[in-house]
Amino acid sequence: MKNLRATAVLVLLSLLSACAGTAQQSELRFILRSEPKTLNPLQVEDEFSELIRYLTGGFLVRINRATQVIVPELCETANLSRDARTLTLQLIKGARFSDGSPFDSADVVHTFQQLLSPDLHSATGDSFRVGGSGPVVKATGQHGVTIQFPQPVPGALRLLDQVPMLSSRSKEGIRAVLGPYMVTEQKQGASMLLRRNPNYWRKPGPSINTLRITYQSNRELEALAFRRGEIDLISQVSAPIWEDLQKALPQQAVDIGPSLDQEFLWFNQVTAGTKLAPQKKEWFRMTAFRKAVSLAINRPDLVRIAWRGRAVPSAGPMPPSNVMFFNKALKPHPYDVAQAKKLLAGAGFRLDGSTLRDARGTPVSFSILTNGGNRPREQMAALIQRDLKAIGIAVNIITLDFPALIERITKTFDYEACLFGFVLADPDPGYQSNVWPSSAANHQWNPRQPKPETLWEAEIDKLMLVQTTSGSQTERRNAFNRVQEILYEQEPFLYLVHPNALAAVSPAVQGVRPTILRPQLLWNIENLKVSRGK
Amino acid sequence: MRVARLAAMAVLAVVLLLSAFPALVTADPSDEQFRNDIDLPPSLRYPLGTDDLGRNRMARLLHGTRTSLLLAPAAAALSVVLACSIGLAAGGGGRIAVRLFESVADLTGSLPWLLMLIGLRAALPLEASPFATTAITFAMLALLGWAGPARVIRNLAANLRERDFTIQARALGQGGWRFSTKHLLPHVWPVAAAQFWINLPVFILVEANLGLLGMGIPEPYASLGNQLRDLESYQSVMNKPWLLAPAVLLTAVVSASWIISLTAEETA
Repeated sequence: MKNLRATAVLVLLSLLSACAGTAQQSELRFILRSEPKTLNPLQVEDEFSELIRYLTGGFLVRINRATQVIVPELCETANLSRDARTLTLQLIKGARFSDGSPFDSADVVHTFQQLLSPDLHSATGDSFRVGGSGPVVKATGQHGVTIQFPQPVPGALRLLDQVPMLSSRSKEGIRAVLGPYMVTEQKQGASMLLRRNPNYWRKPGPSINTLRITYQSNRELEALAFRRGEIDLISQVSAPIWEDLQKALPQQAVDIGPSLDQEFLWFNQVTAGTKLAPQKKEWFRMTAFRKAVSLAINRPDLVRIAWRGRAVPSAGPMPPSNVMFFNKALKPHPYDVAQAKKLLAGAGFRLDGSTLRDARGTPVSFSILTNGGNRPREQMAALIQRDLKAIGIAVNIITLDFPALIERITKTFDYEACLFGFVLADPDPGYQSNVWPSSAANHQWNPRQPKPETLWEAEIDKLMLVQTTSGSQTERRNAFNRVQEILYEQEPFLYLVHPNALAAVSPAVQGVRPTILRPQLLWNIENLKVSRGK
Repeated sequence: MRVARLAAMAVLAVVLLLSAFPALVTADPSDEQFRNDIDLPPSLRYPLGTDDLGRNRMARLLHGTRTSLLLAPAAAALSVVLACSIGLAAGGGGRIAVRLFESVADLTGSLPWLLMLIGLRAALPLEASPFATTAITFAMLALLGWAGPARVIRNLAANLRERDFTIQARALGQGGWRFSTKHLLPHVWPVAAAQFWINLPVFILVEANLGLLGMGIPEPYASLGNQLRDLESYQSVMNKPWLLAPAVLLTAVVSASWIISLTAEETA
């Protein structure tokens, strides 16, 4: 009898340990550098909330992060009319939210009502408002929906990649989801647990049972946790940390290639309401001056030194990895000090010993603002300072904390030049309508112009109108190709580098297909598997 | 204790000498970027290797120490002069003067130094040269650092006013500035000197903290603060222990200052 009991206990223990092992094996662990600011998928503004939205939300269509092509998800068909004003959607049948409530056209209408509600102040909702008013969303039967825009919106389908469907019937509210995972546990400021959605509409669904997410802002500690095997992957790794990881774990460090991120420098060309000295205003508005500065910057050195070789020199706003909108005809500006000096001489500047002077004899100097604590950016500023010394320009580097920098470049315009970067979530330039039009708030070199102050900015305005309203993809691409040419000729932004997207993945995780679009490692979460060695 | 004080002074003297004449050790300027010699380990050419912009770490360490060791004592001296002036005035004043002094000292002591310095940095005019920015940063340190020493000096001054020799002096009609400088200052002086040595390492460390936030001495100038930024990466320090050189030097300077301040306090 004793032997029987002991055997039973042993069997039970081994069963339990097998279960625990399986559970651990199908858990993916990673770190977010900050706690998501919201779990309301319609109010997402930060990248961490965006990731949770990606993992939990069910979308009508999705941008395939690898091919950058739109694919239907909760729709059988999604058609945009020729005039790009009407979207007609046929929803899939039989889908259910995580709480079991059914999904149909009423949920789509409900989601858009919520999204466009003025009380919500949703940034995603704002992108659907064309000419000040939002679309009219109507159910055409239980599984049919039309979305009618007041003006043509050629990128309407891409916009749907940001809108997860909410249930109009569920008592759980926004907690009822259609995505592969659902949030089941939250420890404020510490961690979050996502569990597989049992009612996920696509079968067989993800093979990883749980996603354990902890919050840690220190990148060094994140890398240490990865080395110790406490987490399974890291994305957006800085170049120095990635270099260390590559040395220690060469098989696990992944260089995805040039990201959509841009690093660039621009001069303040604001004409009114700035404290900028008149002679500096004059220099900064001279194309020859901007081009000379651009030619005097050694971009290959920026890549090699500030980014440890993990970046590519920029020719414009789009990196070569942007399949649709990169203008292949443009090459990065060369490092050519002699040509820079020639351009400056042609514009009336002269070298007096080691000091460049303008036509009035004023020594040429300016300050470059950048945000403190961003090491590669600070290093680029120091390299540029040294490069420009070679053409007689004295540069003063000023590092400010982020809010102070934003205040200066967007409100007071009390600055001379700024070294900064943009992180682009979407390869389509149509989403930068807050940057390119001369009236836009983020038209950094000279924002909110009542009417374009230069002919080339007027041309960009016209081209961007075509880019954002034409129903023809070729026409849109051609329009932005020309925009890139103008930017290349005029250099209101001196594009410097596109940093590479760097990541690290443990061999325990299979199926990872890194992409430059976010979430770079988790976009195909349904195909990922975790198998830990014993 | 006398031996320790002498040793501390010797350390400071050597550091001052080398930072005043960095050419004794290396002829490289601190801001020269040897772009083909990025991140090199120590060698005869570069005794502490090169940084990630190819600059000679030894040259930057010596120039940086000079910046910190010139400006931090100047700021410490200014704060002690302020503390003496305010402390003596409050020590000799009436009840209202004491109340006012205590309120202002409390307020100054409770100010968040680092945030104020970051705010000041943001408000500086763009034309301010790196030297001016550096000088203003240290001047701000001096202006914010008077409260602690002033309290000590005020208490001492108030105490001294009750002593026989000061009562006699006042009975003979002496008062005001002359009374303070002739009768109080000689007694306050050793305490003020001790306060100087206490403030000195504090100011060096505040500059180092600003440097760690990327808002210390601007490029291309070197300081102990911006040298310490390389220690942010645990992995780098493990792989390149020579990165610890600025921390070792800072510790030596701060320890030497503390030893001198302790012995100064004892003397006082």
